[in-house]
Amino acid sequence: MDQQLEASVLGMWVFLVTEVMFFGGLFMAYILYRYWYPDAWAAASNHLNVQMGAINTVVLIISSLTMVLAVRAAQVGSWIGQIVNLVLTIGFGATFLVVKYFEYAEKFEHHLVPGANFAAPTQVIAGHLVHNHANVGNAEQLFFSLYFIMTGIHAAHMVVGIGLMSVILWMAWKKRFSPGYYGPVEVSGLYWHFVDIVWIFLFPLLYLLGAHLSTGAH
Amino acid sequence: MTAERQSYLDAPYGLKSWLLTKDHKRIAMLYLISITIFFAVGGLFALGIRLELLTPKGDFVSDDVYNKLFTLHGIVMIFFFLIPSIPATLGNFFIPIMCGTKDLAFPRINLLSWYLYIIGGVLGLAAIIGGGVDTGWTFYTPYSTTASHTSVTIAAVAAFVAGFSSILTGFNFIVTVHRMRAPGLTWFRLPLFVWAHYATSLVMILGTPVVAITLVLLMCERALGLGIFDPKLGGDPVLFQHLFWFYSHPAVYIMILPGMGVVSELVSAVSRKQVFGYSFVAFSSLAIAILGFLVWGHHLFVSSQSIYAGLVFSIITMLVAVPSAVKTFNWAATMYKGSVTWESPTYWVIGFMGLFLIGGLTGLFLATLGLDVHLTDTYFVVAHFHYIMVGGAIMAFMGGLHFYWPKMTGRMYPESFAKASAILVFVGFNLTFFPQFILGYLGMPRRYHSYPDEFQVWNVFSTGGASILGLGYGLCLIYLLWSLKKGAIAPANPWGAKGLEWEKTASPPTTFNFDEDVIVTEPAYNYAPGGKVHHG
Repeated sequence: MDQQLEASVLGMWVFLVTEVMFFGGLFMAYILYRYWYPDAWAAASNHLNVQMGAINTVVLIISSLTMVLAVRAAQVGSWIGQIVNLVLTIGFGATFLVVKYFEYAEKFEHHLVPGANFAAPTQVIAGHLVHNHANVGNAEQLFFSLYFIMTGIHAAHMVVGIGLMSVILWMAWKKRFSPGYYGPVEVSGLYWHFVDIVWIFLFPLLYLLGAHLSTGAH
Repeated sequence: MTAERQSYLDAPYGLKSWLLTKDHKRIAMLYLISITIFFAVGGLFALGIRLELLTPKGDFVSDDVYNKLFTLHGIVMIFFFLIPSIPATLGNFFIPIMCGTKDLAFPRINLLSWYLYIIGGVLGLAAIIGGGVDTGWTFYTPYSTTASHTSVTIAAVAAFVAGFSSILTGFNFIVTVHRMRAPGLTWFRLPLFVWAHYATSLVMILGTPVVAITLVLLMCERALGLGIFDPKLGGDPVLFQHLFWFYSHPAVYIMILPGMGVVSELVSAVSRKQVFGYSFVAFSSLAIAILGFLVWGHHLFVSSQSIYAGLVFSIITMLVAVPSAVKTFNWAATMYKGSVTWESPTYWVIGFMGLFLIGGLTGLFLATLGLDVHLTDTYFVVAHFHYIMVGGAIMAFMGGLHFYWPKMTGRMYPESFAKASAILVFVGFNLTFFPQFILGYLGMPRRYHSYPDEFQVWNVFSTGGASILGLGYGLCLIYLLWSLKKGAIAPANPWGAKGLEWEKTASPPTTFNFDEDVIVTEPAYNYAPGGKVHHG
């Protein structure tokens, strides 16, 4: 590797470290409130759409594969390989956002968006849900606050990623990359994988938690 | 040195060439101008505070205005002066040169970092003009959420944006030090200035994102009514304090570590001697950076934190004294039997060592759990952190500025004025802040605009000292500006110091720093035995 590629790859890794710390603050808040309100957390989690979340997980994992293939295509100098795989990557990214849009819309319909109109879903099965602090509705509202902030910031990263990939696609279209120069594809690929990995953490923590906790409790 | 070779300052001319520059040296100068302006703004707020505290009654400003004065003093001085002070100016200027390279790894990102700083600064000024902020610089909830109707959101966005400028600076330094060093320049041949900035950069990239997300949560709470930190909605205000101090305590080391790097350079240069215990000083920077991340809980001794957590944080906090003392003793050992000459940087660096010593030792008082319960939120704390930040970080910054000024501008300043300024600042500083230790010990709380009559005498000392301190800084500003036009032309190496920046570049350096590729064959500070002084 020449000095420039080495520097940009290291640079991207350093940047991703800052991203880990950025999301880290959110995970800290998640850990604290999950520890405080385990029952409300489980109940609220059950109101997320596991099917849509799972579809999005698969979509993102496949997009990571096409991303790797795009980097490989750039390394071996396959123009058509770069174009096809970059278009697919962008397409999967966009699919993710569309699914996310429908999920968010559903939350608005069911009054699961924190704020004045929030309707706590578990008031129907209230009773054994109250745990130490505040009332259950508030704790669930906290869950959904964190849900929207975490997935929202993740989605913003997806939008940035799609923008980045569009630039890379344009550069690939103009035949900028060659086996001797493919740094930008590789470096933006690292970013893409990172955003995918964040989702790999978010999906079980937010969506699968309810099923896990309720089977554990009963 | 040929006269016709162009320095970075005049090739090419024009405002546009400066605003679009990718030259790390020009960006350093842009930063220097900007932080000087913010230092003046922050100083004006300090002036307001000291005038109010001259008399026991709250008569100069109202309590609301006083709240805004100390808040804005803190926000401006910390986010817009101290954090970028040494890294973005001296660091930007000298890290590439000390690494023997033409520029930082990512020159365009370096320029972006300055623009982010400026955007953050403009937003900060907008918050000031738009009515100010009254939460304290720490933005504690619920002051910053339900209780305040001031420009908290804009100020938080300003700090957020400025934070990214600092992340980008740290990011650039790390990659540069890893990947851009000249052939032969091994890690253990690097000047300690570079080691200190490397450690600082680690703190910048690991800590700053955490305060960024914390401020995002704060804004969500203010703008959208989410309850992450609101106990009424099940949230926890203490979580805010944890997240905030997870960055803001390490941020103290962002401010002081670069200063320690500067002092290592200065001590060696004014003593004409290799830094005593080079590798200990180098690793103590990393140790401070790492330990710095494990002590945030000492800000929460009285915030419902568990007593056991408090004990652990107390012990780890005391451990920070070990690498700090390693540095201080090694600097003293460097000067011992060195050929110390009394030039103006010597004055600043000795001032630093005295003030940092007091600041560091009083830090141990505050680290002691039981004593801290008595001293929390008193003027003792205020005095302690001013000894570190003003006495430590700013003295080091001023020392570095005087030491490197000839290299950066190509001009010498009048030595006698520089020495007078150093003495004024040292005396003024002690007169301002030492009485505050006493006030704090006697129980005067911080952040009140009025106080019982018996505290007045110490407050008068403090305000008087602050005036002398202001004079010292003002004098310095005047003769440095004067020197730009009228100062004597500086030779390439006015101090007879070792280092690539002195031996291989002109004063001021050319755009690409070096005329030929640099190959390093000797360790840092390789002064001739016996400390021969040679002015070049």
